Amino acid sequence: MAITTAGRGTEARAAGRWRGKLSAARELPLLPIFILVPFAFAALFAELIAPYDPTMPIPGAKFFMPPYWMEGGSPDALLGTDFQSRDILSRLIFGARVSLLVGIMGTVVAGSLGTALGILSGYLGGWVDQVIMRVTDAWLALPALVFAIFLATLLGPSMWNIVTILGLVYWTRYARVIRGEVLSLREREYVKLAEIAGASSLRVIMRHILPNVLNTTMVLASLTIGVVIIAEASLSFLGVGVPPPEPAWGLMLSEARSTLMAGKWWLTVFPGVCILLVVLATQLFGDWMRIRLDPQQRNL
Amino acid sequence: MPVLEVRDLQKHFPVATGTLLRRKTGWVKAVESINFSIEAGETLGLIGESGCGKTTTAKLILLQERPTGGTIRFDGEDIGGLHGDGLMRYRRSVQVVFQDPFASLSPRMRVGDIIAEPLEIHTGMTRQQLQQRVAEVLELVGLSPDVAKLFPHEFSGGQRQRVAIARALATNTRLIILDEPVSALDVSIRAQIINQLEHLQDTLGVSYLFIGHDLATVAHISQRIAVMYLGHLVEIAESTELCAHPLHPYTQALLIAALPAHPDAKQERIAITGEIPSALAPPPGCRFHTRCPHAMPRCSVEAPVSKEVAPGHAVACHLF
Repeated sequence: MAITTAGRGTEARAAGRWRGKLSAARELPLLPIFILVPFAFAALFAELIAPYDPTMPIPGAKFFMPPYWMEGGSPDALLGTDFQSRDILSRLIFGARVSLLVGIMGTVVAGSLGTALGILSGYLGGWVDQVIMRVTDAWLALPALVFAIFLATLLGPSMWNIVTILGLVYWTRYARVIRGEVLSLREREYVKLAEIAGASSLRVIMRHILPNVLNTTMVLASLTIGVVIIAEASLSFLGVGVPPPEPAWGLMLSEARSTLMAGKWWLTVFPGVCILLVVLATQLFGDWMRIRLDPQQRNL
Repeated sequence: MPVLEVRDLQKHFPVATGTLLRRKTGWVKAVESINFSIEAGETLGLIGESGCGKTTTAKLILLQERPTGGTIRFDGEDIGGLHGDGLMRYRRSVQVVFQDPFASLSPRMRVGDIIAEPLEIHTGMTRQQLQQRVAEVLELVGLSPDVAKLFPHEFSGGQRQRVAIARALATNTRLIILDEPVSALDVSIRAQIINQLEHLQDTLGVSYLFIGHDLATVAHISQRIAVMYLGHLVEIAESTELCAHPLHPYTQALLIAALPAHPDAKQERIAITGEIPSALAPPPGCRFHTRCPHAMPRCSVEAPVSKEVAPGHAVACHLF
């Protein structure tokens, strides 16, 4: 580095700084960022970006209008229209909001529930541990989607119900993983010291256990978002998710199913590609987080 | 009245074997009927090999484990029956410093918060009072009050151990269990920490239970020394008396294993051979007889009881 001689110091230091910035940029997960940022932007500012109201037909437009570059398409509806002559692009943009919101909130619910139960199970041990872990085992034995459908029919269709349901379905793996982590954490000497000093269980959990498992929770969360988005799309596709006319990608797929064979590919391909890209990006991002937060892979 | 009094303390751990049907097949007798007491302002050294029950004894005193038998009295009160306010008062009065200063300080907390933790638990101090008390104890252990803002990884091993001691002192502690506090440190740092501990005892009147396996260090800091072997307390005496007239063959062997004061000093070699026997199947009679150079037929049959051979000097051996 440039600390040896004063003469070429500034130049070399500037070069070093550039190299530093470049390598920092190389370490960022560029592909997931390039995919997720536009979708997040669309979700946040859907009202400003979307050319039409996603729930209302475009006045004067035909049903099943193809994308504008095809014969019969029009620049008024860039990606075409659906069976109610609603604008596909606008529905995709508003659908991003539903997908990301459900994905994130469902993950937050699952993550909080699972982490809390995992900590209680691992730290308190004894019969609390037994009860929580047996419930987790039973929960894991249920097929996730069937269970979600059951809950959805029970609670009725609404976006927030879907969030609750997906949280209830996907908390188990947090509980399992976090419990394991806590089992090792509670044997650490600084935890023992806190107990010897007279700290209550709540205090030990809040001060020593929770901060140390948050990394793991974050990694699990970034890997869960994709799964939750798929689950939401599946529920919407099956008609027990987000109720129409709300635009959700899974719902768009479902509505287009009957016309798929008639060659109206744009009704299914666009929402399908959106789901694919977002899930792929969140998975890649989760993988990057896992590696970044693992001290061994960081060479610490 | 002694600060801490240990009477017939016992701790047996169950041992289970089998993977599917776990059955209790035996007991590890980690601590067998040990007796000792610690006066106010006194240091008692507890010495022995790995696995002899030193750390289990410490855990029992710290209420990390429940004894199988016997009592531990603090200020005359049995700590086994403590709860509520009494328990909190005990927790406040007895603290510990562990061996590894890299494991005993939370890597995510600032040094000031680590030291303040017992204070937060036991006192209703305001943020400012806490900071002031932290600064006080940091100065007591020879660190600058400015370091309260730093994280543990910014310190060397010796400095971390000072932080651990500062934390142990924060609540006006009466007894500190020092569980091999200098074993993980460089030799050059050890002396500093030991001197600091002695200085703190002189100024604050705190008592120490100093656990170690290095006789030279333990003898230096302790007024009295208790020697443990396989869960039994084999000898206890004033530190100078024990070093000058070690009676139990195990104590003699330990002393000879320590380096002499002068490299040319002639010394008799008592070889103690072999490994420490398994605590799962301890030898009958005197537990040391398998390695003892003076073993007699009687030793493998009858366990020796502790006898006071001189004032304050007790030994458990058939030779006396």
